[in-house]
Amino acid sequence: MADKEKIVVKNLYKIFGHHPARAFPLLKKGKTKEEIHAELGLTIGVQDANFSIPEGEIFVIMGLSGSGKSTLVRMFNRLIQPTRGQVLVDGRDIVSMGKAELIKLLRSDMSMVFQSFALMPHMTVLQNAAFGLETAGMPKKERELRALDALEQVGLKPYADSMPRELSGGMQQRVGLARGLAVDPSILLMDEAFSALDPLIRTEMQDELLRLQSEHQRTVVFISHDLDEAMRIGDRIAIMESGRIVQIGTPDEILQDPADEYVKAFFRGVDPTNVLSAGDIARKTQVTAIRHKGEGPRAVLERLNREDRPYAYVLDQKKVYQGIVSVDSLKSVIKDGGEPRFADAFLPGADPVDAAAPLQDLIPLLTAAPWPLPVVDEAGRYLGAISKNIFLKALYRADMPEETTGENPPEANG
Amino acid sequence: MAGFWDFEDPLIPMEDWIETTVDWLVANYRSEFQLIKWPVQKVMWGMEALFKGVHPAVMIGLLTLAAWKLVGWRMALFTAATLFLVGLLGMWEHTMVTLAMVVSAVAFCAAVGIPLGILASQSDRFEAGLRPLLDAMQTTPAFVYLVPVVMLFSIGTVAGVIATIIFAMPPIIRLTNLGIRQVPQELVEASRAFGATRSQRLRRVQIPLAMPTIMAGLNQTIMLSLSMVVIAALIGAGGLGVPVFEGLNSLQVGLAGVGGLSIVLIAMVLDRLTQALGTPKAK
Repeated sequence: MADKEKIVVKNLYKIFGHHPARAFPLLKKGKTKEEIHAELGLTIGVQDANFSIPEGEIFVIMGLSGSGKSTLVRMFNRLIQPTRGQVLVDGRDIVSMGKAELIKLLRSDMSMVFQSFALMPHMTVLQNAAFGLETAGMPKKERELRALDALEQVGLKPYADSMPRELSGGMQQRVGLARGLAVDPSILLMDEAFSALDPLIRTEMQDELLRLQSEHQRTVVFISHDLDEAMRIGDRIAIMESGRIVQIGTPDEILQDPADEYVKAFFRGVDPTNVLSAGDIARKTQVTAIRHKGEGPRAVLERLNREDRPYAYVLDQKKVYQGIVSVDSLKSVIKDGGEPRFADAFLPGADPVDAAAPLQDLIPLLTAAPWPLPVVDEAGRYLGAISKNIFLKALYRADMPEETTGENPPEANG
Repeated sequence: MAGFWDFEDPLIPMEDWIETTVDWLVANYRSEFQLIKWPVQKVMWGMEALFKGVHPAVMIGLLTLAAWKLVGWRMALFTAATLFLVGLLGMWEHTMVTLAMVVSAVAFCAAVGIPLGILASQSDRFEAGLRPLLDAMQTTPAFVYLVPVVMLFSIGTVAGVIATIIFAMPPIIRLTNLGIRQVPQELVEASRAFGATRSQRLRRVQIPLAMPTIMAGLNQTIMLSLSMVVIAALIGAGGLGVPVFEGLNSLQVGLAGVGGLSIVLIAMVLDRLTQALGTPKAK
């Protein structure tokens, strides 16, 4: 166990109705949710959930409405009392925890953001943000300072004295987020937190969450019915279908090897340009030249001519990207006389793209640049390049995951 | 031949049962019922002294100021004109007694009814048990319980206030319960998710949000207690019911009419004032 497991869910069940224990013998016999409902009138909310979430992970639980994902997350803070099983947080079982202990945990270490925002309409933005601290009995001065700090994190400090109804939907949910952050929890439960927002604002809020996560790593359990969203923010994704978890994996794993037809069905409408980032599809197929290694502009020109390639990507010894030179630019530097230098031969405008950039952002760059786009990591190191050809193949592959698993795409020539 | 299905003679002697029960209560528990009467009497007498003791001009001024602060200048004008008219009609003293009775009755209705409404909102079983009692309080004709009220509490203004409390309390219980239950589920969930205890939830979220509905209940309670004024006069209570009752007895249509008009005018003032309490003032 390399990472510390923050949340461990063991054999967790929620069955709605009178005397829910009656359902267990039938479940053991392998009866379906529908058969049990017909026979006993009981509704299976969540069935035998087992998984664990390491500290600092964004864990997305995905499923259609009625799949039990909201029920599952509500058992984490016992808004819904589980029928059977365990939810261990830092090794302590939430399910069997006493009321006082649970309240203490909710006030200090676990908070929730709701789909409908659930802001108190009779309280100001500041009072809303301070709500969790107020229930914990923190003195007014102190809690307002901390709430202001949380509002600042989401960019709403100037609105502290506004009423929630005066804010737009996106801003209201930022208040909801600030309320969750103010108690400084190590676990953040987000129940379809961005689903009620329009697409543009939704993307903005996802970025906001990722930014907050980069500043302070919390364990985030995020419920969503939107695969694009799950792929975008999730470190790992669990897919639920009628109360059962049918697959858990990283976005790539699920995309490339969906467990069953239900999971596959999710991906039909997915826009691959949202799912994949530049780093996912960059290939090291271009000629690279390392500076200060004895191979000067002349040698590189010769190599390009020999391999019949138009461009070379110049890196330093730490593989940090420097620029692109072409056969023509090299020739003109050499012709100018003196000792030729790479720096004089760099093509103007050959800026690298970040590995995390979504494919969508690459389209205008790809159409504008004649050369394959160089891709770098956060330290500026060269990871590879993306040609138009590679880009199109990535689109095709992401669209048809069932047909291309196992097949290696041919390397593209720029 | 009278058969079973003619249902002519009562086979269940309910009549006797009720008489026996009331007689037994009066014989054995009259002193306990006098104990219930005591706080009502204290409040009522205090209120009566207050409303009758203040100079009419000061009273008109105070109520007009309240109307101006709560609603606006139109309402202030209406209040001043109404009270002045009631005075000119010679009904000032009766009106003050009626106001003292209404304020006393409503104070007890609120003091008992709001907590009961809160309890009912927290427990489905308590609510289910309370509901038939509330139905009975509202629909049992007042004449039916006037007799036992008199037997237990004797006649007079205080007995009238007690009868008024019984009749006027249900709306505030019902609407407190309803208002709290109508607070959106997600807000209740949110307060639970942030570790609020039940009492924190009630104090900070449910009761503040239920306030407009609770105020509507208070308004209904006030209107119902005004409507009991005449009936209370039957058992010797003072106030605007007295001229109405006397007018009816001696066929003095004018006297009854003046009393009735005063009741309607006071009702209009109180209704608008308390409605303003429930809805935030529009700027």
